[in-house]
Amino acid sequence: MSDVLRDKPFTLAGRTYGSRLLVGTGKYKDLDETRRAIEASGAEIVTVAVRRTNIGQNPGEPNLLDVIPPDRYTILPNTAGCFDAAEAVRTCRLARELLDGHSLVKLEVLADQKTLFPNVIETLRAAETLVADGFDVMVYTSDDPIIARQLADMGCIAVMPLAGLIGTGLGICNPYNLRIILEEAKVPVLVDAGVGTASDATIAMELGCDGVLMNSAIAHAGDPVMMGAAMQHAIIAGRLAYLAGRMPKKLYASASSPLDGLVR
Amino acid sequence: MRIQLNGEPFELPDGEPVAGLLERLQLVGRRVAVELNLDIVPRSQHATTVLREGDRVEVVHAIGGG
Repeated sequence: MSDVLRDKPFTLAGRTYGSRLLVGTGKYKDLDETRRAIEASGAEIVTVAVRRTNIGQNPGEPNLLDVIPPDRYTILPNTAGCFDAAEAVRTCRLARELLDGHSLVKLEVLADQKTLFPNVIETLRAAETLVADGFDVMVYTSDDPIIARQLADMGCIAVMPLAGLIGTGLGICNPYNLRIILEEAKVPVLVDAGVGTASDATIAMELGCDGVLMNSAIAHAGDPVMMGAAMQHAIIAGRLAYLAGRMPKKLYASASSPLDGLVR
Repeated sequence: MRIQLNGEPFELPDGEPVAGLLERLQLVGRRVAVELNLDIVPRSQHATTVLREGDRVEVVHAIGGG
């Protein structure tokens, strides 16, 4: 993998990562499957949700952060489930306390249960407050290049457009918008949501994305641990192909074997 | 006295600090964050932050999510 070494480092909030795959921890059968799938994926940044502790229930219950320890993984708390800026900001502040002052967050403000489409107006509001409050904000957004630009300009450290709706596995639905976002990107651009299988992740990386964040594609695969490994390879393959530069597409054939010396 | 804990009524003796509440909930040493009337209570202030009648307390932890 010597070619990987020629890659520029993947840096977020001053920290450098070897893997460009970020994974979620939702929808797994149990914590053991979560741990094994994440290990197989090679991901170093792992998203978590912040929720009310069940009072009086199973005090000895194993904790997610026991299987993805914060000293080994970069924990990326997300605000999924928040439908307005105030809720999202509150969740980020709780997450920062939970993780001892850790300022990296994934901002996600949703608009609608059916589509889980981002509410970009509330997202912009929340981003402004969070950036001013010292958070390093990685922001989930639509694939609207103008909104992506505004979020980067207001100080978000990464812009994460959807490639398809959350949990659909429909793949890269609009590569052209992603290309426009990437063309003028001033901060890392990561595809967040929509990836269904390994080739989708590869396509995102071939387009020039800095990374991919996924959850369902691994957790809802037939064998999540094997899919975790597949995604690791898919991300590397797509990144190397992007760096290498693909051959031009041609309409007509071009022989790979020389015609000289042909036995006649 | 009665507080609202994670949206539900909860009875506590008067003068109970946040640390005492966490002890009752068997959450001492667990990775949780506490919010009191919409403000974060930093871990360093759990012992000294005294709860009052009608306080709204949220105790949260990390769970699986994307």
